[in-house]
Amino acid sequence: MKALVFERDVPRFAAAKVAGGLLPGRGVRVGPLQLDDVDPPELPGPDWVVVRPRLAGICGSDLATIDGASSRYFEPIVSFPFVPGHEVVGELDDGTRVVLEPVLGCVTRGINPVCGACARGDLGNCERIAFGHLEPGLQTGFCCDTGGGWSTFMVAHRSQLHEVPDAMSDEAAVMVEPAACAVHAALAAHAGPQDTVVVLGAGTLGLLTVAALRRWSPPAQLLATAKHPDQQALARALGAGRVVEPGAVRRAVRRLAGTLAISRGEDEGDIERLTGGADVVVDCVGSAESLADALAVVRPRGRVVVAGMPGQVSIDLTGLWHREIELVGAYTYGTETLPGGERRRTFDLAFELAAAADLGRLVSATYPLRRYREAIEHAATAGARGAVKVAFDLRDEKERNP
Amino acid sequence: MNPRPGFVLEVDKSTPPILFHHGEGFRLERLPAGRSRVIYAGEPLKALKDPDGAIRDALEHPVDKEPLRALLFPGMKLTIAFDDISLPLPQMRRPDIRQRVIEAVLDLAAEAGVDDVHLIAALALHRRMTESELRHAVGDRVYDAFAPDGLLYNFDAEDRDNLAFLGETEKGEEVEISKRAAESDLVVYVNINLVSMDGGHKSTATGLASYRSLRHHHNVHTMQHSNSFMDQEHSALHSANWRMGKVIRDAGVKVFQIETTVNNNVFGTEGPMSVLQKREWEWTARDRASFLAMSKGLKHMPSKAKRSVFNGWRAPMGMTGVHAGEIEAVHRLTTADVYRQQLVPVEGQTDILTMGLPYICPYNVNSVMNPILVMCLGLGYFFNMYKGRPLVREGGVLIMSHPTPWEFHPVHHPSYIDFFEQVLAETTDPVEIEKTFEQGFAEDEWYRHLYRTSYAYHGVHPFYMWYWGSHALKHLGATIIVGGDTRAVRRLGFKPASTLQDALEMASDVVGRDATITHFHNPPILMADVS
Repeated sequence: MKALVFERDVPRFAAAKVAGGLLPGRGVRVGPLQLDDVDPPELPGPDWVVVRPRLAGICGSDLATIDGASSRYFEPIVSFPFVPGHEVVGELDDGTRVVLEPVLGCVTRGINPVCGACARGDLGNCERIAFGHLEPGLQTGFCCDTGGGWSTFMVAHRSQLHEVPDAMSDEAAVMVEPAACAVHAALAAHAGPQDTVVVLGAGTLGLLTVAALRRWSPPAQLLATAKHPDQQALARALGAGRVVEPGAVRRAVRRLAGTLAISRGEDEGDIERLTGGADVVVDCVGSAESLADALAVVRPRGRVVVAGMPGQVSIDLTGLWHREIELVGAYTYGTETLPGGERRRTFDLAFELAAAADLGRLVSATYPLRRYREAIEHAATAGARGAVKVAFDLRDEKERNP
Repeated sequence: MNPRPGFVLEVDKSTPPILFHHGEGFRLERLPAGRSRVIYAGEPLKALKDPDGAIRDALEHPVDKEPLRALLFPGMKLTIAFDDISLPLPQMRRPDIRQRVIEAVLDLAAEAGVDDVHLIAALALHRRMTESELRHAVGDRVYDAFAPDGLLYNFDAEDRDNLAFLGETEKGEEVEISKRAAESDLVVYVNINLVSMDGGHKSTATGLASYRSLRHHHNVHTMQHSNSFMDQEHSALHSANWRMGKVIRDAGVKVFQIETTVNNNVFGTEGPMSVLQKREWEWTARDRASFLAMSKGLKHMPSKAKRSVFNGWRAPMGMTGVHAGEIEAVHRLTTADVYRQQLVPVEGQTDILTMGLPYICPYNVNSVMNPILVMCLGLGYFFNMYKGRPLVREGGVLIMSHPTPWEFHPVHHPSYIDFFEQVLAETTDPVEIEKTFEQGFAEDEWYRHLYRTSYAYHGVHPFYMWYWGSHALKHLGATIIVGGDTRAVRRLGFKPASTLQDALEMASDVVGRDATITHFHNPPILMADVS
């Protein structure tokens, strides 16, 4: 079968790191990701089924991996060679369309009894992602046993699959997994109706977090940062009350929160940090700059939710200590507690959001596997090119339709 | 030889390219022959040979008032207020006129045994002046004698404890000014009247007033009903200040007004800058060479260095008149002096008005000309430099040349940044801006803090800049900026053009292909008397 395969190849990984450092997405030209003919993965157990991907999205974490920018933290929890692709809408042998919930928790790994997190339904917090009868892999798309969405054939445990309603397009369905991440981040904000919330970044995750906040936990004031005009328009359309460029966020939050500011040096108009600020900041970028912004604009005892994958960053945490800021991560999904107290599966909420907010419109471009380099480079520069989600379209692959 | 008056040149095929100021640079532009004209300022009037003598004479022989020495007595409270850094433009060479006048006043006060004297920079909601700026304005001797004891200081319009409410005009306008001035036995106000809007009751009623007072005339309605605000007989701004001036007078505040005028010798008659003051067809080969060298040099300089060169320029302007005494009587004489230098008769309006905006306006001395100030200088000041009718017809097009960088001085203009990024991103309609945003900015605690303790313009100040241009915004069919930062120009609500030819082409969509063009050749400052 045809698949994009990511090998453990240190020289290529190093080359990708250099190329990706020069231009986002360029790691795909020299790095370990290759289009190959490979044997299809075998079914690891009785509850596993074959899934034929229809659309598979390209995520920020995929891009970081391809550009050699992801943290070594992941090394023990992935297994090579793997086929990337964890944002997947596919179909089963009987034609049923499904969305994949890619976390490889205890159940998929045949571990019984399951760990405490899996028992609570907090799948993203599974304590056994490197154990059980599967090779290590935090998700499908990073595990050598399961295959991934960037191929014509993969396998999945039945517990990972969510049936797609007939009325939902493939484009909307492929947005369900990233939407689930956003729902989880939005609800991790614990924002109240009187709160001021800031969402940093307007890539896929940022935009979906805005939409999720607006739907599930609307604050009094919701400000988003967005670099590019199309992102700015989408952030507004999805529910941000105010949208500013990233460089303007400190000033904008200061105005919104009606607080004072502290400057450094003689340039007293240049804001170093606010004295008060937003109640919650959801950082959907995860860079040193965005984290610094988050800590600068959140109020004392406010909450910063890190939803974008940060990697290794250098940041001054004095403010976190001095202002008693709560810094929490938000990774994937599981089970959520809604503001009213109701408990719901994150994926169920994400399906609702995908339909209600018409998220299929965010799929800006699709590519066949053979044009994977263009696809990756497009995804890596999506914002500047007016795009949001770039995906592989496997529906017309020859192998899949012999 | 007497200086030549201002005049209007009809452009023909032999007319050389015309100078357009372009921020900290210049452009030479050819205007279409047969339908273009250029308005030139008059040459600098002769400066008074003995300015100090003229000042002493004015104090001894004031208009409709007793001589200053007769108003001074031991034990009295004397307050000397003076115009701030916004005047004159550019800053003048030492000694500044304010220094000359203040020293003369202080000499008389000393002779009379007055020892309770305060000197106040009447800056209203402008930024505070720095020590070096104050030293430049009043001279080292005065500064060293008063500032160390806290007797020479910047007015603080947010110091609630030191403001006095004096009442309301018949139109309900509240008058609140400096308590020290209100409680003084005499206020001596020292003006530099650069344009006809300056001086009169506006000196005290605006320069020493708080936001509570200023908002009654610094608003869209007033500015749209000031046609123009430079023309006292048709200025709602002028009328409001006059009404407030009467409230101040009726409250018992005695003001001894000293108004001075300067000639428009901005760039001098020697050195590389002098070419900017000459008419293009009179440029010698040396002038052309020096202009080319200057332009090329500036082109290759980083913007900070360019700014520093221009901000360092001190104009050799000379004093052309000084009048002292009763406010209104003095102001009539001063206005005549201003007009004598600046007024140029112009026949009829034009379809397209062009102007090159220089590096400076009243609010960016030693600072950055940010996009809001570009708007204010073009649509506020230059557009309003008319008597009678606007130079450009209603529905006509204004073409301005300026780089309009998306750049702000973070210390001087913090609220401008937010105004530009937040307010203008939502609307450029002055009425909407005033209604929705003004109060929030005016009462913002951080802006207030920076205004009082740093060197920031008041939070509400960018609104006033926008209102300053509101008459033009209502009047014009389109505004085009040549050579500006495209994004910044669009944020202002204007159209960007790369060249003047492109701008004229764009303007033809609004006013037709055979539209008449008038170039407002300023600076040096001129005012059009449009028949």
